[in-house]
Amino acid sequence: MSFLSHVFEWFTTSSNWTGSQGIPELFWRQLTLSVAVVLTAVALGGSLGVVLGHTGRGGLVAVNAANAFRAVPTLALLTLLAIQPAISLKWGGFLAAWLALTALAIPPILTNTYVGMREVDADVRDAAKAMGLTGGQVLRTVEAPLALPFVMAGVRTASIEVVATSTLAAYVSYTDLGTYVITGLNTNDSVVAFSGALLVAAMAGLVALTLGLVTRRLTPVPLRRQTRSRLLGARNSLRRPAAGI
Amino acid sequence: MLIGTNPFFRWSYVTSQWGQIQGDLVQHIELAVIAVAIGTLISIPLAVLAWRYRVVRSPVFGLASALYIIPSLALFAILGPITGFVPPASYTTAEIALVGYTLLILIWNTVAGLEAVPADAREAATAMGYSRTSALLRVDLPLALPYIFAGLRVAMATTIGLVTVTALIGLGGLGQQITYGFNIAYNTPIIVGLVLSVALAAVADLLLVGAQRLLVPWSRTGQRAGAVG
Repeated sequence: MSFLSHVFEWFTTSSNWTGSQGIPELFWRQLTLSVAVVLTAVALGGSLGVVLGHTGRGGLVAVNAANAFRAVPTLALLTLLAIQPAISLKWGGFLAAWLALTALAIPPILTNTYVGMREVDADVRDAAKAMGLTGGQVLRTVEAPLALPFVMAGVRTASIEVVATSTLAAYVSYTDLGTYVITGLNTNDSVVAFSGALLVAAMAGLVALTLGLVTRRLTPVPLRRQTRSRLLGARNSLRRPAAGI
Repeated sequence: MLIGTNPFFRWSYVTSQWGQIQGDLVQHIELAVIAVAIGTLISIPLAVLAWRYRVVRSPVFGLASALYIIPSLALFAILGPITGFVPPASYTTAEIALVGYTLLILIWNTVAGLEAVPADAREAATAMGYSRTSALLRVDLPLALPYIFAGLRVAMATTIGLVTVTALIGLGGLGQQITYGFNIAYNTPIIVGLVLSVALAAVADLLLVGAQRLLVPWSRTGQRAGAVG
């Protein structure tokens, strides 16, 4: 009981809400890092997934490579980048965290985009072609909207992972909400560690919720009900490591 | 000796520190295997309940998803005040967190596997006079095995990656190589930790595939696992 009251006290102490180590500043830093990472990963992984899915060539290789990459511990990537003099202090530690986390975020987005594109019913694609649509038009008006729920599921998975893992960035270089957790763990101050953890969990929850709503808005109305069950299955299938890893 | 020059990889580090590396590797395997084993023991009964009784389903999935969303490091910090931050008490902290992450994957796959059991098989079991329990044990669960194995493979790979993070509460297995390399700004230990945990994940996956071949001889491993997983 007294532990929770200490946590409550920490949250209601005004000095914890101001300055460069204050909650709003660190929350903002973690959010901007996560958004930058996810946007980069969408640009790289998403476009690669679209190209591979549209052409239908080389996809399995890419998906397996992406899955193999997921076995790489993020902590190793973060620390390895953070001790390279050329990277370590760039942009206040942002660069190392951005690169390492982007590597983490690409695989789920790439695989989901690819699978989403391949899941588009071949009949629908053929019908679109038969109606005289060009490759680009098929992609824009048929494949993209149908694949979107899958892509967004990947973005959601990746975003939650990125928010969660950006906590580790505080260990190597970049100050964010993870700083509370790390400082708390290092100084045996469980109140600070716990409070930081609550903030990170809250952000992860918020991100999951927001992306859920965005996905709903972006999904074509007739697809909204039926994709749900398929999607959940697909989301899990994409966490599957490739055979032989 | 180490500071000053930092080559990409120095083999002599591996040979001179082999004892330590071996110890870390063993700890890594222990942490991961215990977590997946306990996770399986918890998940299968929960999945059976969630599959049989719709009422149980949303709370079970809700709780497992909530656990899955909480960042690992945050979960250590949340559990720490109760179970301890410093070894050996932090073993409990680490295992609870690691088990927590396996639940969603394992429960999800087991339920999916049970739902995929063909109605014919179940009807045949009923017609042969199987009770619900013996049908569950002798028909439903065995037929769900390919899905359960697919879940186990994902859970094992995820857990092996996550174990490294427990280095921040004094454990970590190979994660200790990573934090050590970071602390002295030396590449080699980090690369050792990275390569060995990837290798460990690969070996664990092969072993699980092998176990599946033995236990589920009627299914071609690759195909079925690809369907869910």
